[in-house]
Amino acid sequence: MYTLGIDIGSTTSKCVILKDGEYVYAKALALGGLGTEGPEKSLQSIWNESGLNKSDIARTIVTGYGRNRFEGGDGEVSELTCHALGGRFIFEGLRTVIDIGGQDAKVITLSESGKMSNFVMNDKCAAGTGRFLDVMANILCVDINDFEELAGKSDTPASISSTCTVFAESEVISQLANGVEMPDLIAGICDSVATRVGALARRAGVRDKVCMSGGVARNGAVRKAMEKALGVEIEYDPQAQYFGAIGAALYAYRQLNR
Amino acid sequence: MAEEVKKAPRPVDPNSAKYKLGKIAGDAYVNAIEAKKAGKPVAWVSSNFPVEIPETLGLYTVYPENQAAGIAARGAGERMCDVAEADGYSNDICAYARISLAYAKLKECPEQDVAMPDVLLCCNNICNCMIKWYENLSQELGIPMIMLDIPFNPDYEPSQAFIDYVGAQFWDAIHQLEDIFGIKWDDDKFKKVTEASCRSSRAWLEATAQAKYTPSPFNGFDLLNHMAVMVTARGKDEAGEAMETLLKEYKENHENGTSTFRADEKYRVMFEGIACWPYLRATSKGLKNRGINMVTTIYADAFGFDYSNFDEMIAAYCSVPNAINLEKSRDKRIKLCKDNNVEGLLVHTNRSCKLWSGFMPEMSRQIGEACDIPVASFDGDQADPRNFSEAQYDTRVQGLMEIMESNKEA
Repeated sequence: MYTLGIDIGSTTSKCVILKDGEYVYAKALALGGLGTEGPEKSLQSIWNESGLNKSDIARTIVTGYGRNRFEGGDGEVSELTCHALGGRFIFEGLRTVIDIGGQDAKVITLSESGKMSNFVMNDKCAAGTGRFLDVMANILCVDINDFEELAGKSDTPASISSTCTVFAESEVISQLANGVEMPDLIAGICDSVATRVGALARRAGVRDKVCMSGGVARNGAVRKAMEKALGVEIEYDPQAQYFGAIGAALYAYRQLNR
Repeated sequence: MAEEVKKAPRPVDPNSAKYKLGKIAGDAYVNAIEAKKAGKPVAWVSSNFPVEIPETLGLYTVYPENQAAGIAARGAGERMCDVAEADGYSNDICAYARISLAYAKLKECPEQDVAMPDVLLCCNNICNCMIKWYENLSQELGIPMIMLDIPFNPDYEPSQAFIDYVGAQFWDAIHQLEDIFGIKWDDDKFKKVTEASCRSSRAWLEATAQAKYTPSPFNGFDLLNHMAVMVTARGKDEAGEAMETLLKEYKENHENGTSTFRADEKYRVMFEGIACWPYLRATSKGLKNRGINMVTTIYADAFGFDYSNFDEMIAAYCSVPNAINLEKSRDKRIKLCKDNNVEGLLVHTNRSCKLWSGFMPEMSRQIGEACDIPVASFDGDQADPRNFSEAQYDTRVQGLMEIMESNKEA
């Protein structure tokens, strides 16, 4: 039995097909989230990759900010539940998910049995999200994929005190003009994200085992900064960006097997 | 092309609580405007100022917080905030204050016009922003401001010294008003007003307590509308009568198995904070569509003042939500959650109200633990529409619902 999970975020759209609720049969990602062609492109991509089509799918669940607008699913579930399910699907015994997406950050706690027990989300501000990192990478003219390597060269991370993305942008420019080295600036930017999201995590209550999900999880420099900020090991899986879609596909499977 | 036919509003039964309460709230504005035209004194009053004073003295009253909520709910919050901000008021200031200060300048707003004041009656038991707001009104309008200082109480109960301090100011405020307007205090009338206020309060609190039944005989969002009378007119006889009608209707709803919550009540939550007036429909719909009934909120109960003597009356005004310490605030809310079988807590992080929102992360954590219920919070504002995102609200409410669902299944 195949179930499909679609996660329509603010900047990307992800699809995952699970086989018998046991393993990831296919996955696809397209740039562009809610209000773009991203969801359709992502779907087309997963049909191409899997060789399946809509009639092969027993149930489809949609999640993410675009979940209410997408037509063609059999139901919708919040990304909170889906990231909890997806994280636990990958990491046995997982108790905390730190999900940093394009425009929000959330920390989800799971009970021993794996059910979402609580969550805390960022306020109406892009600080500490993927958007913050994108803006910083842009003004520094650095590929965000190079953050990990560059931050690794830093001895004294710069202090980015502004929590507001706009103010932080001018602060970074000032530090650059004052001769602060690029690695120190990038390490400081990652520390800034970790400090902000770390505060959310402490509010939610960090319980081991902890993982990161969402697009920012791919950034090793942020993961390391988060480990330093929280004093815990952060689990990582290359499919972290797909946890929402995995969770949605798993939710669909469980609905059919209740 | 056929013209769009607007649905006529459903007629409201004149014997219903909805009609009676709506009339009292509406009449208060009209009566103050008429009084002003007739040269009678009008007071602008902060919401937790002892209503017993203006009511006994026969002053016509306008409640700027209530006016601002009405303006915001009718879609003019941003327009009025813009006026205040253009005059130099920061958008970090309470949006009720900004709307009120803008109104003091413009002296008109079709969404909710009011009579201009001859005096300002200010009490800081709701927040200290109130003092600066009213001082500025006093300065701008060139009218006196009478201040009743009820400081935040760090102890669990107000001490006798605390009550004596506030009680002395109560009488001083009366003497000032007598001097300003050449009016006389009447002890017999005061007694009648206190009786009316307590009558309204008892009926109101008993009505809100009907949420103890499952399903609740009412949609909690009704309370946000009905409470306007408790804020502005609880000292009037007709308020008591209307509140008793409301209580009777809720009891009948329970007996008949009906409710004003027009959906299957699957989950019950407590709503924390002032309503998000610019998005009242969106916030209400986001709950109702998922079968979530907001059965209780301390915001509504806060305007029920029941007492049996002068000191108890003063103590009641010293014990309103924003004037009491975290432990007492928490315990009151835990009681509401337990009395009303609440399964989740939804917290409005209200950008306007730093005082209320500032201690909510810790308080809601303690409530969540004590009641073993999930907590979700969302950003918004009581009157400035720029501080709310419907998509963010929706995700948080859905997440809360999914935890409640999972708890039920377990």
